[in-house]
Amino acid sequence: MADRPVHTVHTVNTDMHIAIQVSQTDPRPMYLQIKEQLRHRIAVGELKPGAEIPSIRALAVATRVSVITIKRAYLELELEGVILTRQGRGCFVADNANLGSHLQLQELDQQLAAAVHTAALLDIKGEALVERLRELERRLHKSQS
Amino acid sequence: MSTPLLANAFSLQGVSKTFSYFKLESLTLSLPQGQIMGLVGPNGAGKSTTIRLLMGLAAADGGTIEALGYRIPKQVEEAKRAIAFVSDDMRLFPGATLAWHMRFVASIYPAWDQMYAEQLLKRFNLRPPQSVAKLSRGEHVKALLLLALARRPALLVLDEPTSGLDPVARHELLTELMEIVADDKRSILFSSHNTQDVERICDQIAFIDRGRLVDSRDKEAFLERWRRISVDVPTGVVLPRLADVVDLSLGERVAMLTTDNYLPQMHALLEHGGARVRDVQRMSLEEIFVACVMRSRAQEPS
Repeated sequence: MADRPVHTVHTVNTDMHIAIQVSQTDPRPMYLQIKEQLRHRIAVGELKPGAEIPSIRALAVATRVSVITIKRAYLELELEGVILTRQGRGCFVADNANLGSHLQLQELDQQLAAAVHTAALLDIKGEALVERLRELERRLHKSQS
Repeated sequence: MSTPLLANAFSLQGVSKTFSYFKLESLTLSLPQGQIMGLVGPNGAGKSTTIRLLMGLAAADGGTIEALGYRIPKQVEEAKRAIAFVSDDMRLFPGATLAWHMRFVASIYPAWDQMYAEQLLKRFNLRPPQSVAKLSRGEHVKALLLLALARRPALLVLDEPTSGLDPVARHELLTELMEIVADDKRSILFSSHNTQDVERICDQIAFIDRGRLVDSRDKEAFLERWRRISVDVPTGVVLPRLADVVDLSLGERVAMLTTDNYLPQMHALLEHGGARVRDVQRMSLEEIFVACVMRSRAQEPS
C-alpha cells in the first residue's frame, strides 16, 4: 500500500471542556439530559452568546454517548434557536445577548408549569394558588433573614 | 491504506445459512459509515454466525455480503487489511509475550500505530513482557483488543467485547470505541447482551432472535417509539382497541399497555371512553429488547 493512513482519531478539541455527564439512572432520556445541561450552561452564562461549543462527534467522545444521541440534542437546540451549527466551521451558542435571561425565564416557566399541574390535581387554582406562592415567598424571605 | 468514502461500512442482503440445528433466515442489515452498531440477541440467536459470515469465516448459502466495499467472501483478503475482528474464543500464542504479538501484528498491518499501542498498554494496564500463557481471562481479552485497536481499522468487529472485563476495563474500552468514531470514516459492529453498553454508545441497533432479525433501526427511533402506558379504568368503562399495542395486561381497575409506536394522540383515544391515563413511561433498551423478542416469538409459526 503506497498511501499511508491518516490518523485523525484525536480530533477532539480538548480546549473546549464542557463537563457534561450522562447518567443511566436518570429517568430522562440521554438526549434530553444533554440538551438540558447545555441549556443550563448557557442560561447561567457559563457559555456566552456566540461562544464555540464542541462538535457533535467531539461531545460524543467526551461524554461516551453515541453520535446519534448528541446529534438529536443539537438538532433540537438549533430548532429552538439556542445554538447554531455551521457546516465545516463548527457549533456555536446563538449570538443573542438576551439568550441567557431568556433561557432562565424558560426554566422558571417549566418549574411553575409543573407546580400548576400538581396544584390542579389537588384542586388548588387561580387566586388560591397565587396566595400559596406568596406565602411560600414570605416564608423563604424570613428563613433567609 | 486509504479509507474510501462509502455509504455503508458493511451490508448484508438476504443472507441465509442453514446448519443441522440452526437456521439464519434471509438477514438484511447494513451499517452507515462512521457509526456504531450493536447486535443484540440472546445466546444462540445467531449473533456470532452473522459476524462469522461477515468476516468470511463461513460461507453463506444465499444472499450477498459486502464489507468496506469488498464482496465477501470473494474479496475477503483485501477487506481484512482494514477490518479488525476480536472474538471471545480467539487465542494468542501461549509461548510468546505480548510484545512479540505486537511486533507480529505490526509487521503484517502497515497501519499499525505504535504510539497508540503504547497508550493502550497503559490504559488497559498491560505489560509487554507478559507471557500470554500467564494472562488472566480479562487481560487476554484486553490484549486482543489492543492488537485490534492499534491497527487503526476502518471497520472494527467485536463479538461480545465486554464480557469478561471488569468495570474499569469496560469503561476504558467504551472510551476507546467512542474515540474511534471521532473520525467519521471509521465504524464499529459489536455484539453484546449487555444492553446498557449498547444503549449508551450505539447509533444503530439490531435485535436478533432464533436466527431472525427482529427489528433494526437507529437508537433514538427505538427509544422514541416504545412506551409503557398505565391507565385507570373505572368500572363499566371499556378500553378502546388501539393499533400498535404490543402487550396489554388488564387488571380489574388498571391496565398496562406497551406500544411500539407511541403518539401523544393515544391519550385522547384512551380517555375518550372514560379511562384515565395515569402515567406514560419510557422504556430502557433492555425492556424494549425483551418486548420485541416476546412479540416475535408469539408471531412465529409453531
